[in-house]
Amino acid sequence: MTRSSEMLHVTVQRGTAQDPRKQRFDVPARENQTVLDVVSWIQQEVDPTLSYRFACRVGMCGSCAMMVNGVPRWTCRTHVSRVAESGQLDIAPLRNLPVIKDLATDMDPFFDKWVAAEGRHHPTRGRLEEFDPIKPDDPNRVEANLGIECINCGICYAACDTVAGNPDYLGPAALQRAWTLLNDSRDADRSGILAAVSGKGGCHNCHSMGSCAQYCPNGLNPMRAIAGLKRETVKAALRWKRDA
Amino acid sequence: MLDLRLYMAQRLSALVMGPLVLGHIAVMIYAIQGGLSTAEILGRTQGSLLWFLFYGTFVVAVSVHAAIGLRVIAHEWLRLRGVALVALTWGIFGALLALGLSAVFAVTLP
Repeated sequence: MTRSSEMLHVTVQRGTAQDPRKQRFDVPARENQTVLDVVSWIQQEVDPTLSYRFACRVGMCGSCAMMVNGVPRWTCRTHVSRVAESGQLDIAPLRNLPVIKDLATDMDPFFDKWVAAEGRHHPTRGRLEEFDPIKPDDPNRVEANLGIECINCGICYAACDTVAGNPDYLGPAALQRAWTLLNDSRDADRSGILAAVSGKGGCHNCHSMGSCAQYCPNGLNPMRAIAGLKRETVKAALRWKRDA
Repeated sequence: MLDLRLYMAQRLSALVMGPLVLGHIAVMIYAIQGGLSTAEILGRTQGSLLWFLFYGTFVVAVSVHAAIGLRVIAHEWLRLRGVALVALTWGIFGALLALGLSAVFAVTLP
């Protein structure tokens, strides 16, 4: 249903990182409308050169995150009625990432840091061997469960003021991934993960400000994961000193 | 920028500082009750190994803790990095240590 007389006043950041500018659009307001609907309407009805990124439209793929009125959000699941301020929307590319064009950011630094945090599975067994059973109520499994629903949208990375101040910092998503692997008995490289998150961009840079947990659209708490990594790295260091 | 080594140095120095700060405040409150003069205070501290160790340890812990804390702020807010950041860290550590220890020596040396 359209509230035909009402229009949303939308500003969109256009251009590249070297030459960013704001462009204004008037978009028809509707009863049920997501921020992604607004961006798509502009692209389809006004300016087909507007660049942005989306895929699933149902909050699963993690590709449509943008800054909406200064806050990082998954735009496909964000209703305009919830975030518009007096009919105004300010839409910009995700913070803390290089802009390619308009609303599309280069996610390479984000995913490079997943790799740097050893955020990949290190197998304990080959494909011909039986796999290690994990009970659902195993404490490590329960802890890992808290972090595995990450959809890699980059919202926590954009929300993090430590990333903004320290570009080497691995960021909440990569560190949370490392934490879920550390709690996985099927992962063979515990010491490798602990070493990867202990470097100069590692988990110890986190100031526990909690923006990651505040803005995660899936309600995850990367700050808790990072606190766990700090605890385990310190324990491992003290053990190493004792063993030496 | 802040690796495990620096993180632990900052936490451990905080651990050391905690009881020393409480001790310092307690002594201050106790010392002024009867209106101690400078000469009376120096009479108790000069030549005292206990007070030298108490405030000497405090100065070392403060120097480590503050240098690492200011290093983080200088990196995140002033974008300082590399050699400049290392020089600043050691510079703050050295300056606080020199100032603090000169004060400790002044009141505890016999």
